[in-house]
Amino acid sequence: MPFWLEIIINIAFSYIASVGFALTINVPHRALNLAGISGIVGWMVYWFAARAGMGRMLSNLMGAFIIGILGLIFARIKKCPVTVFNIPALVPLVPGVPAYQAVRALVNGEVFKGEAAILRVAIVTCAIALGILLSTMITEMFYRTKKFYKARKNKL
Amino acid sequence: MSNQQDAKFYQEVLDICLNAGRLMIEGGSEMYRVEDTMLRIAKNAGVEDPRVFATPTCVFMSLDGGDLSQMKQIRDRNINLELVDRVNELSRQFAVKKISLSELRQKIIDVATATPTFPLWLQVLGAAALSATLMVLFMDDYDWVDFPAAAVVGAVGYLAYVYFKRFTNVRFLSELVAAMVMGLVTVGITHIFPAMITDNILVGALMTLVPGLALTNALRDLFMGDLLSGVVRLFEATLTALALGGGGAIVIKFLGA
Repeated sequence: MPFWLEIIINIAFSYIASVGFALTINVPHRALNLAGISGIVGWMVYWFAARAGMGRMLSNLMGAFIIGILGLIFARIKKCPVTVFNIPALVPLVPGVPAYQAVRALVNGEVFKGEAAILRVAIVTCAIALGILLSTMITEMFYRTKKFYKARKNKL
Repeated sequence: MSNQQDAKFYQEVLDICLNAGRLMIEGGSEMYRVEDTMLRIAKNAGVEDPRVFATPTCVFMSLDGGDLSQMKQIRDRNINLELVDRVNELSRQFAVKKISLSELRQKIIDVATATPTFPLWLQVLGAAALSATLMVLFMDDYDWVDFPAAAVVGAVGYLAYVYFKRFTNVRFLSELVAAMVMGLVTVGITHIFPAMITDNILVGALMTLVPGLALTNALRDLFMGDLLSGVVRLFEATLTALALGGGGAIVIKFLGA
């Protein structure tokens, strides 16, 4: 399969997956499209980072970071809570495969394999949460410095 | 005389705030947002120093002037972001004095009784699209053989989940049953078409119900300092994951696929 076709498939499918999940959790109408776009950007960042050999944790962190920043921007545009954009967009990043493998291995009695998979789930989840947290921190800092400089300009 | 009026006013504010908090938690909001919205409503209504404590199972609130402190229990929690958005919007309108206190009360009751949801067929379509596409994204080997199968299994599983949820009050049971239905359908399909891979189909289909988002939300609560809510939600997510994976895996093990 040529590389450009892979990219197109990844973009289209991440959009469909995010919007599909948004439909099942009843996201407001006006946020559907933007949630899908946020999902595309997050997944593509993750995908390229994983392809560049950055490892599971760093690429998930970067994807979640971008999703968090986009969510905060969209929330300001559309006047919705941030969660509305973040939750559907994070769906492609959620560690579904290792979680399934963990339970499957545990049911089959392969305890060590299950433990390894559970550890992987924990690492990926922590990376996603850290990414979201970092994005919140950075945008907060950005708006605070902007406000500070505006206030100083007005005083002068 | 004025004392009685005060008591009535405080009761109304408490009612509105507690209802708003309950709706937001039922919709799956983060705790700091719930507390923030409740505090904002109370402050905009003219209460000097409101105090709030919210957990996933209960919200507490007290107001300084009226010797009043009340709580509200929360029974069912799921993700319904329309609720969060509506309550947020109402609180915003109240802050800019677009609606009065009594109108806010009426509108919050309206939100509680009649939130518009997407029609069921659209939800099922969403579940089908989601499970098929995520299967391809996750597996990374572009197997188009399993693509339609994952869509069918995801749709059937989601339907089973929705219908079974109406019959039972036991939590996690509907997830378990949905996962078992998914396992059964998957085993049936792979029996008819041996070229398909059971694991790939199930990974895609289970993503419709997966609590990975609850997990991420829980960690965010933990990092924000809401330790109690974070731990409770973490446990809830783990139980859901066990119900899902267990249901699917038990069926597969039983039928020997």
